[in-house]
Amino acid sequence: MHSILEILASEGRCTAEEIALRLGIDANAVEARIREYERNHVILGYHAVVNWHKADDQRLFAFIEVKASPERGLGFDRLAEHIAGFPEVHSVHLVSGTHDLNVVIQGRDFREVALFVAEKLAPLEQVQSTATSFVLKSYKVEGQLINTEGEDHRLAVTP
Amino acid sequence: MTTPRRPRIARNIADLPPSGIREFFDLVSTLENVISLGVGEPDFATPWHICDEVYDSLRRGRTQYTSNLGMIDLRREISRVLATRYGAEYDPENQIIVTVGVSEGLDVALRAVLNPGDEVIVPDPSFVAYGPSVKLAGGVAVPAPMTEADAFKLRPDVVRSRITDRTRALLIGFPNNPTGSVMTREELAEIARIAEEFDLLVLSDEIYDRLTYEGEHTCFATLPGMAERTILLNGFSKSYAMTGWRIGYACAPRDIIAAMVAIHSYTMMSAPTPAQIAATQALRHGEPDVERMRSQYDQRRRFLVQGLRDIGLGCFEPLGAFYVFPNITSTGLDSQTFARRLVQEEGVAVVPGPVFGASGEGYVRATYATSMDNLKEALTRLARFLGKRGTPY
Repeated sequence: MHSILEILASEGRCTAEEIALRLGIDANAVEARIREYERNHVILGYHAVVNWHKADDQRLFAFIEVKASPERGLGFDRLAEHIAGFPEVHSVHLVSGTHDLNVVIQGRDFREVALFVAEKLAPLEQVQSTATSFVLKSYKVEGQLINTEGEDHRLAVTP
Repeated sequence: MTTPRRPRIARNIADLPPSGIREFFDLVSTLENVISLGVGEPDFATPWHICDEVYDSLRRGRTQYTSNLGMIDLRREISRVLATRYGAEYDPENQIIVTVGVSEGLDVALRAVLNPGDEVIVPDPSFVAYGPSVKLAGGVAVPAPMTEADAFKLRPDVVRSRITDRTRALLIGFPNNPTGSVMTREELAEIARIAEEFDLLVLSDEIYDRLTYEGEHTCFATLPGMAERTILLNGFSKSYAMTGWRIGYACAPRDIIAAMVAIHSYTMMSAPTPAQIAATQALRHGEPDVERMRSQYDQRRRFLVQGLRDIGLGCFEPLGAFYVFPNITSTGLDSQTFARRLVQEEGVAVVPGPVFGASGEGYVRATYATSMDNLKEALTRLARFLGKRGTPY
């Protein structure tokens, strides 16, 4: 039944009816399963993958590498959840390697992102240091290539 | 200077029937905003790791000829994969030849085994090149009709009825292009018994072997007694989305491979080296790609078959390849007219069934190797087209 998730993960607008047709199963069963996924937060939401640059929107993304001290018994959970609460924060991951948390910030411009880091993120008690990398250009976002020109090179009719 | 007075083109070439595909392509090319379901190749690009391996090989200067048989690494991979997947045993040293697609493999195989006038039984409908390839090799193609009532399978009694004392071989290809039909092991075993009884060779084009959606593909050479009389043809175009690389292979008893190498070494030397490197990478690391694409095709297959039935076109359920072959007789149009009007009036290209043999009349071939969005739009247009014709549904 994971195939339902596979389809929705790449085609969020696919209807239960179509999924049923494609997988050769009952539409009501698909509907019920999707509702269950939503109720259990297996499916967290649906959204479009937008090329903001092409939409003439100047919004900016930045990756913040955060080094922090863990808390006894909690590790980084409380800090990560605190950071995740800010609306400017697009995603937060605990990661292996040279730092602890990887935070993706979305802002209107450089200044807004820099101020968020300086005023909200860096002062947090457990945060030891931050390193900010601004996204200058994207090539692939959420599994989608940004440059999609000339997708079908095939001849119209072939044997 | 005088004008030549004799026909310049050899008789057997001038006599080749014009390709129906070509004519139809010319028509479609003049139109705009066409959704094409007339394509015979995957809509996916070659998996990136395969291209990447070839980039790397080019940087390292691997641009020379290979052995006439093909790179030994590739032949070993082919041998390994056929043994593990089907239990078919082929010695990479002398029972496998790497060809420029199945097309070259088929041509070389036919030239290696046919004497002038030998007859080859060919399912009808089937891939457009079978008949002409037999003819170019000096043989005579004898169509063995398949019908929707028989799920487009080759019937043993039909094969028997086509056998004469000149019959030399059977040329079969399942999963079948254009119908998407497959044959079970038991059904193929009956064909094998006929081959045994009449001492026929079997050329088995299994290019769609990995695109089988229900049940297991049967490798013809693994049927009792068939390894000795089968020329197995396969390639990378369909399973790995590698049509433009032009790379395939043939497996057969030693004497036949030796004869094929003799021809291939004079006419082709060796298959392109970058394509051989790509094929090796595909066999070593391409399995997840095959599964990913197969699953996509399978979803679209169910969707398109149901969609066609919902708008009133009877459609035989294809179990392999990436084509559907709907019955269009309810429209009162012949296949040519149906396909021509459909593309002119609604901008949907399908291929008229008779392009694949006389038994294709009353049908058209549509591929589901295209995006779901295209399939949906094509069905909408097709429904409008049928509505205009007042088809009862």
